Amino acid sequence: MGKTIIEKIWENHVVHQEEGKPDLLYIDLHLIHEVTSPQAFSGLRVKSRNVRRPDLTFATMDHNVPTVNRQQIDDPVAKNQMDTLRSNCQEFGIQLADLDSPDQGIVHVIGPELGLTKPGMTIVCGDSHTSTHGAFGSLAFGIGTSEVEHVLATQTLWQGKPKTLKIEVSGSLGPGVGAKDVILSIISEHGVKFGTGYVIEFCGEVIKSMSMEERMTICNMSIEGGAKASIVAPDDKTFAYLNGRKYVPEGDAFLDSILDWKQLSSDEDAVHDMVIEIDGNKIAPMVSWGTNPSMTAPVSGRVPYLHECSTETEKKSLQRALDYMGLQEGQPITDIKVTKVFIGSCTNSRLEDLRAASEVVKGNKVAPGVQAIVVPGSQNVKKAAEAEGLAQIFIEAGFEWRESGCSMCLSMNADVVGPKEHCASTSNRNFEGRQGAGARTHLVSPAMAAAAALQGCFVDVRSLAGVEV
Amino acid sequence: MSSFKELTGKAVALDRTNVDTDQIIPKQFLKRIEKTGFGQYLFYDWRYKPDGELNEDFELNQVQNQGASILIANENFGCGSSREHAPWALQDYGFNVIIAPSFADIFYQNCLKNGILPIVLSEAEVTYLLKEAATQPYKLTVSLEQKCVCDKDGFHASFEISPYWYNMLLNGWDEIELTLQLEGRITEYEEKFKKRDQASA
Repeated sequence: MGKTIIEKIWENHVVHQEEGKPDLLYIDLHLIHEVTSPQAFSGLRVKSRNVRRPDLTFATMDHNVPTVNRQQIDDPVAKNQMDTLRSNCQEFGIQLADLDSPDQGIVHVIGPELGLTKPGMTIVCGDSHTSTHGAFGSLAFGIGTSEVEHVLATQTLWQGKPKTLKIEVSGSLGPGVGAKDVILSIISEHGVKFGTGYVIEFCGEVIKSMSMEERMTICNMSIEGGAKASIVAPDDKTFAYLNGRKYVPEGDAFLDSILDWKQLSSDEDAVHDMVIEIDGNKIAPMVSWGTNPSMTAPVSGRVPYLHECSTETEKKSLQRALDYMGLQEGQPITDIKVTKVFIGSCTNSRLEDLRAASEVVKGNKVAPGVQAIVVPGSQNVKKAAEAEGLAQIFIEAGFEWRESGCSMCLSMNADVVGPKEHCASTSNRNFEGRQGAGARTHLVSPAMAAAAALQGCFVDVRSLAGVEV
Repeated sequence: MSSFKELTGKAVALDRTNVDTDQIIPKQFLKRIEKTGFGQYLFYDWRYKPDGELNEDFELNQVQNQGASILIANENFGCGSSREHAPWALQDYGFNVIIAPSFADIFYQNCLKNGILPIVLSEAEVTYLLKEAATQPYKLTVSLEQKCVCDKDGFHASFEISPYWYNMLLNGWDEIELTLQLEGRITEYEEKFKKRDQASA
């Protein structure tokens, strides 16, 4: 029987196997940031341990960083956390894209952008959205701080072999429908734990025709369906994206790498433990209305009725979500008004996302009473967006144009959504309090967020006059 | 890591599905660089009202639930962010066992690494425990050695745990120490794949 791409990468990385134990896997790239690493470094120090492979470790600051006046950090606790990362990197010889570096940005944006992320690798980071890097045909997953310490000390992790899940998205997406809508639609249909214990392989016509940025959006949110990792087999688009990036080998070495990378696909006769088929033609622009990413409906849809719940538990959880979100059962999505709009996060802050949003924004104005911010995923994205005039389009429309970081996705910095305020957000989690205590998050694509900013409520981006989607 | 063998303690029911780590420990408390002291912030937005006053309706705040060391939760407990601050907060508050029909993968691992025992029981068993713990002061005994949970009225449920973690928890072994005993194998692997590693960073 053939092997899946997941099994192939797994087998390439097994350092040690023993009866009754998980496999000991080698880690090719360890990305770290300020929030989940300090305790790991402290742990090393307590035991007088060293970082085994600083050369395979790369750090940046993203979660805490201010997106205005970024050199002046008012919060002393946040500042201490960032200073700690800086001194840890110095002490252990780890490369850091610091606040003043042209390469700084959200860890899952800069990994691919700098070419640190490559096909066939195992990649970990103390952040659940590490699944993003799977878009390049790498096995990438989020870990806790104890595991960060383990990887720092040993460059390995003990991991039980995951089950494999193939999600095939066939057909093609309609105009105005993007990667974010695909993943929200999958989670809305299959729930927030269908992927638990699995690594997903995304394939099918829709995935094949997607850009690398779109694939990253899909893989990014696989954790919201419970899957620690997801993967797309590398192809010519992957190789073209990587060509010429800072940490990608050049010339013959690059060509040699491509030969290796081309081996990375599931064999024809490989069998996945589970298969889900999705018809891409049926996917519409999506808007989350509740407090987890499965509580999502097409923009033309509505919030469910309580009587539609099949169990008491479901009913209770719907009622809780309605109360928190300040919504009525059966309420049409387009009736929901927003006063905040956030375009950013490791899900949707890349140049292509900003292009999609700017297409909608161009020549229009942000609705009165709406605060809309754009937070590019990295300094490189910011620079490129400014060079091609996107920043100007946003600024002229009344958006705030910020510095790069995680920002309002989790609001660890000053970018917060107020209590009971509804926010159209291109981020990945609509959990209670995620964007601020009492904040009401609605997950959408960049184009849909832009449309909401102009209208002050959710609107089908396909229906906006003068917008070519 | 601290070892875990057996525990008899008060159980508290938190009957909500998909409790995410943002609820367990909200982001504003993740800026500290220590592992300790997170218990005061556990379930912060549920334990306290927006004005900072104690929310007496919240399960953990009820008088009969004070001093609980076993948390009975519902499906997909610990989903979302990989923040290990979540188990640190639970442990610092006093929980050493969490029982649920299912856990999110990263959270489950994070618990084990801190000597907290996450126990998966069937939906029917958890439903029974949720009901018992919600209606009366309720004590459970959890034995890792026997791999079972029981109460004084005859409830008895067995659970599974991987042999690896069974031994790690019982003995309180340091995982990094064990891995470093295999350092030779790691070096061997690195030699074999030198070319790939050089191309990777």
